[in-house]
Amino acid sequence: MKDTGALKVTAQGEREIVMTRVFDAPRRLVFDAFTKPDLVKQWLLGPEGWSMPVCEIDLKVGGRYRYVWRRDKDGTEMGMGGVYREIVPPERIVSTEKFDESWYPGEAVGTLVLVEQGRKTTVTQTVLYESREARDGVLKSQMQTGVAQSYDRLAKLLESMP
Amino acid sequence: MEKRLSQRSPDRLDATFAALADPTRRAILARLASGQASVTELAAPFAMSQPAISKHLKVLEGAGLISSSREAQRRPRRLEARPLGEATEWLEGYRRFWERRFQRLDALLDELKARSRKRGRKKR
Repeated sequence: MKDTGALKVTAQGEREIVMTRVFDAPRRLVFDAFTKPDLVKQWLLGPEGWSMPVCEIDLKVGGRYRYVWRRDKDGTEMGMGGVYREIVPPERIVSTEKFDESWYPGEAVGTLVLVEQGRKTTVTQTVLYESREARDGVLKSQMQTGVAQSYDRLAKLLESMP
Repeated sequence: MEKRLSQRSPDRLDATFAALADPTRRAILARLASGQASVTELAAPFAMSQPAISKHLKVLEGAGLISSSREAQRRPRRLEARPLGEATEWLEGYRRFWERRFQRLDALLDELKARSRKRGRKKR
């Protein structure tokens, strides 16, 4: 396993996105940072200039969570939430996720897995979208145009898809 | 978030990722990244029949990732960079967004570690 810091994002199959990142902290602290509202609010922010006024977490199976972000200069809000399906502290959480103004039909399912090794924690987050339409919706809303073309990028993409 | 995308691109992205979901097709693309090649040349490194390779080439062509030249008789395949660029761009945008979040999480975890060390000392 490589050192901390490098975030890897890969597309897996046709409906999933997988993110992997190593943190220089024991697993229970990372788990806290993902599940305690006062901690989550400190890092799970939106783009620059956005705050996170709402962060509610009812950490039990069947419990709900809700996040709202606000663009401070004009008050625009963006919210999302879902239900916990599986909680195994401090190693695994499965939850549904849906944005208020969803670009995609149905809910996505997020799986968070924490693995500790040598006081470092590898976090793997997988988002499984419900359908092809859902994936299209996410791509439509998040992708940017103005694409540069280069074979360097190709090499990078190929590397990132084992 | 940006919403100035044509309807066509998400479909193409879907086709791009589907095409990339196979190791043989990724190997073919990697080979074509270093220059165009005929079907026979592309099939050479694989323990696969030429028709099997042709099937993969069809998927890649359908996704717009490669094209074939009609001029030469051996119809060499070459890489088309644009759809791949869009796919990497999308993943890269997603990655950058989360990387900023995770850098803040790094700082928070450092703080939490320092705090729990302090508590540990007090207990002793």
